[in-house]
Amino acid sequence: MSYKSIRRIITVFFCALLTVFACQNAFAQTDTVTAGNSAEAISPDTYVTEKAEGFDAGPFIIEHVIDSYGWHICGSGEKSVTIPLPVILFDEGRPVCFLSNKLHHGEAAYNGYAMGWGDNKGRIVKLEGDYADFTGHLEEGAVYPNHVCKWDISITKNVCALLISLVLICCIFLTVAKRYKQHPDEAPSGLQAFVEPVVVFIQDEVITPSLGKNSNKYAPYLLTLFFFIFLNNMLGIIPIFPGGANLTGNIAVTGILALITFFVTTFSSGKEYWKDIFNTPGVPWWLKFPLPIMPLVETIGIFTKPFVLMVRLFANITAGHIITLAFVSLIFIFGQMNPAIGWAVSPVSVFFYIFMGLMELLVAFIQAFVFTLLSAMYIGMAIGEEHEEKASVVEA
Amino acid sequence: MELIKPSFGLIFWMLIGFGILFFILAKFAWPFITKGIASRNQKIADQLEEAAKIHEEMQSLNKKHEEMLAQAKAERDSILAEARKVSEELYEKTKQKAAAESQAIIEDAKKTIYYEKMKAITDAKNDIAKFSIDIAQKIMNEELTDHSKQEKIIEKWFEECHFN
Repeated sequence: MSYKSIRRIITVFFCALLTVFACQNAFAQTDTVTAGNSAEAISPDTYVTEKAEGFDAGPFIIEHVIDSYGWHICGSGEKSVTIPLPVILFDEGRPVCFLSNKLHHGEAAYNGYAMGWGDNKGRIVKLEGDYADFTGHLEEGAVYPNHVCKWDISITKNVCALLISLVLICCIFLTVAKRYKQHPDEAPSGLQAFVEPVVVFIQDEVITPSLGKNSNKYAPYLLTLFFFIFLNNMLGIIPIFPGGANLTGNIAVTGILALITFFVTTFSSGKEYWKDIFNTPGVPWWLKFPLPIMPLVETIGIFTKPFVLMVRLFANITAGHIITLAFVSLIFIFGQMNPAIGWAVSPVSVFFYIFMGLMELLVAFIQAFVFTLLSAMYIGMAIGEEHEEKASVVEA
Repeated sequence: MELIKPSFGLIFWMLIGFGILFFILAKFAWPFITKGIASRNQKIADQLEEAAKIHEEMQSLNKKHEEMLAQAKAERDSILAEARKVSEELYEKTKQKAAAESQAIIEDAKKTIYYEKMKAITDAKNDIAKFSIDIAQKIMNEELTDHSKQEKIIEKWFEECHFN
């Protein structure tokens, strides 16, 4: 696969997305009309909520960092441009599928499904009772009886970003692999020359030192892990579609990656590993008997390692995004006081935004590297060979 | 708190997606890439080694060549020296020989000359003797016909002959 064919695939992909997006906007308008009509027939109990006037940085930042059912491109309120994504639910065993723009950012219900509020904010809920099949506008601040749809496998923004990144990674590495197949033993060129140093770096600096002769067995997983995290970190920094989804800053994603590492570690563990945990060598006996303090600590350690992996990646990426968003928010916060102050602050904000962006570029690589390195080390430790060498490696 | 609440959908898709990605890359990308890099590394290492070997060989060849050249030079010098010596010797020998030969020839010639001279002298003596005898004969034949004359002659001879 050459550059040309990748470009063609990407072009086709974007065209398809834009087409879907354009069609959905047209449908959305008709839906609004029906929603407006049927809303009059409903009179739910209302209660007073304080609606934040103007710009509120907190929700704004969180909104950009968390997952959502549509892919917001630009604008706000009624004029916002959002790519609608399919909502797929299993409600009491019944598959339900519709596009997220039917919910109008939580202002409307579709066949009894609506965006949750309160504790269920950000999840799809099924309205109960009179509203079980309700389609239409929901009153602001109204209380509707509902339950959360547990089995929600919607293609959310993050899932969409995940799929895009999967296609991208496959394209890149299949192209590179093809080049190796077709031009063996030749100097690397193009995409290959771009990817090869990183692959060699990961192999020589991470995989081989940690795993020794088991490298070949675990290299595919660790390389996949590294490039998945790295590419998604990079895509996360890009502020516009198809980047901008905070995929590696999502606890579910990092959790799954950590979980896979945990399982790989556990299943490749040797006798030494368990011996070290339950009968740690080089520790005074009174730490093991009668109170098994060390075994307890070590056992907890089995789980804290992947947990820390999960939290580290999640926190680093999310924190970076929050800080950059905070710098952007500063402009509007000051702009609300006085437009002139807003303008005055903006160069400073932009400067810090760029600075943070560069920082995030660094973090994108470092976190991918650290996640891979620690995974490799944990697996290496579990296998239990060349045990002494690993003690010197510093945890980042 | 939404931030740290993992959603079921993302976990589901993440498992499937990452699984598929791992499967595809592990089957169709990593083996070729890692093998490709390893094989290229091996090839480069081999070629470097070969180059070093060739270099070494070249050096040894060069050394050998130089040695051979030096040897040849030395040999040539020695041959030349020897040749010069031989030629000088030969020259000397020839010179000596020639001198000796010429000496011998001269001696020979001298001898021959001497012999010839002696022979010529002897011949001349003989001839003179013969002629003398002949003359004497003729004279005697003439003289002896006249008796007086014979006496005169005898007288004369006696006069001439100084007996001591």
